[in-house]
Amino acid sequence: MTDLILEARELELRFGGVQAANGASLQVRANERIAIIGPNGAGKTTFINLCTGYIKPQSGRVIFAGQDVTALSPRAITRLGIGRSFQIPQLFIENTVIENLLLALSAREGTWSPFLKLTKHPKVDEMWVLLEIVGLKDTGHRIVRELPEGMRKLIDIAVALALEPRLIFMDEPTSGVSSHEKFQVMDTLTRALDARATTAIFVEHDMDVVARYASRVAVWSGGRIALEGSPDEILNHPEVRETVIGAGV
Amino acid sequence: MSRQIVIGAGLLIALVVFPLLSPWSTVILTVALCEGLAALGILVLLRAGQVSFGHGLYFAFSAYVVAFMATARFGHEVLLLVPIATAASGLLAALIGLFIVRYRAIFFGMLNLAISMVFFSLLEKLFSITGGADGKRVPRPTLAGMTLERESFEFWMFYITLALCVVAALFVARYLLSPGGKALEAIKSNETRLEYLGVSSRKVLFGAYLLSGLLAGLGGAIIALVSGHVTPELAYWVRSGEFVFIAILGGAGGVAGPFLGALMFQIIRGYAAVYAPETWHAVLGVMLLIIIFFAPTGLYGLIAGKKRAAKPPAAVERAGAGQ
Repeated sequence: MTDLILEARELELRFGGVQAANGASLQVRANERIAIIGPNGAGKTTFINLCTGYIKPQSGRVIFAGQDVTALSPRAITRLGIGRSFQIPQLFIENTVIENLLLALSAREGTWSPFLKLTKHPKVDEMWVLLEIVGLKDTGHRIVRELPEGMRKLIDIAVALALEPRLIFMDEPTSGVSSHEKFQVMDTLTRALDARATTAIFVEHDMDVVARYASRVAVWSGGRIALEGSPDEILNHPEVRETVIGAGV
Repeated sequence: MSRQIVIGAGLLIALVVFPLLSPWSTVILTVALCEGLAALGILVLLRAGQVSFGHGLYFAFSAYVVAFMATARFGHEVLLLVPIATAASGLLAALIGLFIVRYRAIFFGMLNLAISMVFFSLLEKLFSITGGADGKRVPRPTLAGMTLERESFEFWMFYITLALCVVAALFVARYLLSPGGKALEAIKSNETRLEYLGVSSRKVLFGAYLLSGLLAGLGGAIIALVSGHVTPELAYWVRSGEFVFIAILGGAGGVAGPFLGALMFQIIRGYAAVYAPETWHAVLGVMLLIIIFFAPTGLYGLIAGKKRAAKPPAAVERAGAGQ
């Protein structure tokens, strides 16, 4: 596969008696939208942590754009072009939404002049575009601490997008977002990813979102990707319907 | 006009006028400004959630550089001594900062303390070089090539110090609003996200540490010139603690805070020494308790808070309106 952007090979991780990753492997091609589904607490976030340098695997490798990034720090991995948003949003909660995004843009652009006021950053227009993508243009001046969890999740995604990553991991991007806004947010987000040619891997529990926005679905079970396929194949797979989705779907 | 500018301008006007009316106050006020500079350095680190209990090191190092240079008649000129000693202090902060920025919280504070105490011991024990506990005398240097009498020297040194404090405060205020300053705050609120922006939190903290070392060094260089004498006490942990005390007393909310704190500290120390010479440390302790319990944002926050109560800022109004 010439357009392979990420390859996780046989990742192993054991915490005490728990086998969090047990030979986890995944190949991701450029511009794919991969949804990772699986039961709660099965270790999907651990897989993201392994791929983004937050946790180092005991064995196995992570290859990004042909480069082995297994041993690199989150900072180095981010600089190579992997962005991520978190299950619990990781933001600068005492700062405004604007400051959070502008700091991300400063990091991307390398603008660290002590004489430049952050709020006068030359990329301030781009910051408003990012807020529009996640539908939060009106919240720009608010302190992040004051915002509900759902909004924080979207800001977390906007911060990751501000870095213009080639690949973005999103951990439950729509959890906490109201059901009527969920598709609206995902529509604009998908358009933004398409426009930037950004590959996306997202952990998701909402199967309607998976069916509508994933180009491929990977099922995480037993510390590895147990099944892969198109949304249609996976969401209609009897075992997946029984163990992951449940009888209600 | 922002509260910071109003408070800063008020303080500046008072400082410009007061020595003209009371010339006896110039040395006390210069000392307060020097301590305010060191406390400003502490404020910078506080923005990252880090406290140094050892900034007496940079204060003393710079003071001794001045003492050695002035004694050796090498660069016996204020306009040379101050920048060279400040730069030397900055160099020391850069060297120590290389490893100290790896640590956080209590380890950061205690490592600073430990290094400053090693320096204090060296100053005391290397008697033949440093003069030991007696310290070194600093001969009065020329100022812009002029040899001045003590009163004139002290008078002009006060206004030069005041000008330097204004420049330092404006620079720090600008820096704290810059991307680097906001990244510094981010170390306090979420270092994980900072790393996931591709930003090295160690580099950010290193820059702040260097700046704080330079500020403390600037204060130390001037205090050596004004007092005409340096002793190891400048590096002692009590002195470092005073800088933290001043920063808390003044408040870390704005760059005027450390200077307000330093002036108040001098007033408390002055009056307590006269009216309660045996218990003046207790007076300081009680004052600190009052600040912590009743005005945790310090004198700056106390003044700024009154204004905020009178008129909520736009951001608060927007938040109250809901989205």
